[in-house]
Amino acid sequence: MDVVSGLLQGFAVALQPTNLLWCLLGVMLGTVVGVMPGLGPPATIAMLLPLTFLMSPAAAMIMLAGIYYGAKYGGSTTSILLNVPGESASVVTCLDGYQMARKGRAGPALGIAAIASFIAGTVGVLGLMLVAPPLAKMALAFSSPEYFGLMALGLAMVVLLAGRSLVKALLAMLLGLWIAGIGTDLFSTTERFVFGQLELLSGVDFIVVAIGVFALGEVLACMEPRRDAHALPVPRGLRNLLPTKQDLKDSRFAFANGSILGFLIGVLPGAGSTIASFISYGVEKAVSRRPEQFGNGVVEGVAAPEAANNSETGGALVPMLTLGIPGSSTTAILLAALVLWGFKPGPLFIPENPALFWGLVASMYVGNLMLLVLNLPLVPAFAQVLRTPAYILYPVILGISIVGVYSASGSMLDLFMLVGFGLLGYLMRKLDYPAAPLILGLVLGGAMERALRQSLMMSEGSLSILVTRPISAVMLSLALLILLIPLFGKLNAWRLRALE
Amino acid sequence: MKAYGGDFWSGLALGGLGAYIVSEAAGWEYLGPDGPGPGFFPLWYGIAMAGLSLWLVVSSVLKAVPETTDWSGARRAFAAWLALAVAVAALKFVGFFVAFAALAFFMMAVMYRRPFGNAAIVAACVTAGFYLVFPLALGVKLP
Repeated sequence: MDVVSGLLQGFAVALQPTNLLWCLLGVMLGTVVGVMPGLGPPATIAMLLPLTFLMSPAAAMIMLAGIYYGAKYGGSTTSILLNVPGESASVVTCLDGYQMARKGRAGPALGIAAIASFIAGTVGVLGLMLVAPPLAKMALAFSSPEYFGLMALGLAMVVLLAGRSLVKALLAMLLGLWIAGIGTDLFSTTERFVFGQLELLSGVDFIVVAIGVFALGEVLACMEPRRDAHALPVPRGLRNLLPTKQDLKDSRFAFANGSILGFLIGVLPGAGSTIASFISYGVEKAVSRRPEQFGNGVVEGVAAPEAANNSETGGALVPMLTLGIPGSSTTAILLAALVLWGFKPGPLFIPENPALFWGLVASMYVGNLMLLVLNLPLVPAFAQVLRTPAYILYPVILGISIVGVYSASGSMLDLFMLVGFGLLGYLMRKLDYPAAPLILGLVLGGAMERALRQSLMMSEGSLSILVTRPISAVMLSLALLILLIPLFGKLNAWRLRALE
Repeated sequence: MKAYGGDFWSGLALGGLGAYIVSEAAGWEYLGPDGPGPGFFPLWYGIAMAGLSLWLVVSSVLKAVPETTDWSGARRAFAAWLALAVAVAALKFVGFFVAFAALAFFMMAVMYRRPFGNAAIVAACVTAGFYLVFPLALGVKLP
């Protein structure tokens, strides 16, 4: 199927009234989630995942993806008005966005963030549409050793860029692998780590871990301070939110830089939107005619990271859909959602489910447009979300978490595990253990073990199969090199700078 | 005596888990006639976990200045977690609505110091909202 006919089929799916409605709900919910500091897209998607079992997969995917990229739009609002990033990728927007707001230019800052998000979001979808199908075709040649190499490379990238301590990131990943290994063995009937609980024979439900670690962990961390931060006022009226011609002119390169870099970085597993926004900001500052003014409220300092942050979404979906390798917590949860609905993300996903893939692509074009239309005039309304008292918000999140887990399995054991994983998520935050490697280890653990054991079956037990096949050899070598980066002073300094 | 930080204690806990994984995996088939058995993969990640934890513990002990974690707000977080744990344990006996209303009331009245009357009204309204959305509108089964 060529791109044009695929896209036409996609629009036929995305423009169905019910799917339009789900898309609208997704992007609005995403914006609200992005606006709220503390509650991120992984937590929201994990909480809503059980409810999507009542929907068609296309509608559910459209809505969840809407939350994912909608949150990127919303994240800038708190960065600009509150100097508190709504999500991690908006950290860099605080630098110039908040300064613009302090100078009375909150409107143009919010406006340029929305315009940059729209342009880059659209470029990201364009990239997804053009890169994913050929990459999937290429991946058809992969067998178990190549898949093992690919997953090892993906996990190594995530571990490298997840946190300052590589040891802690590796330990979090191993914890994820262990949780994934709980239950009945893939190839025999051996029970592993079930502690005598029959309910654990089928393994630990992904939803329980994701909601526990992300939603409950975040709520517990957010409950530490009693008082909420105060936001700067949002200018009312569309005219006050629109950037000037000069602002748009100053941001031209930032739009292009952020869009391209964001997509390319998004395709790499582990790099993520936070790294994309920082690199894009750095490039923008490096080529700017007024680098000394960065950090004091220049408009391109908002446009570049916001563009990169949004374009990354399209890039991140490429390896997730075509190779079955997620690059971040959110794409790991989206991957798990696809698996729970009965799909198998990988090289055959697009040819076997063209309506779902192209429907998602088309819905992202529609969703980005919806976000632009909604975000410019409705920013003051979305900013009101910041006024939601914590004492109402947090019990509601806890309640939704309980309902979400119970509705998926009807198991009290899952609820107790949810409480346990909530504590784990909180302690991981406190002790500086990144959550992304845990979730990726959990999502990829089963597939990784299967690929390794199948590889060894093919070679009658010889590990040499992993290094004699060129693609797996290259990927495993790269994975090893990546994990050795902390041993090289300059490279590690670059890694730590990127993380800071 | 030197006070050990979070790295030391978390390393110790994960080291224990690694040792447990290795001891369990050692009891399962490692390599059979058809290829690797159920013990193959866990044995290796168990060893890796034990080794890395040991590294974390040793490097934490060798640090001249122990790493610091700000635990100042942790009491509130642990209190909220405990309330959640109690509410989940109570679900089986009192049902979702009573347990959730009590949890919401606790968080509003005790943790956020809202007046008791207001907290009770808001907790009741939030619980009613849950009833309207989940069992009534969406047909979702609650504990």
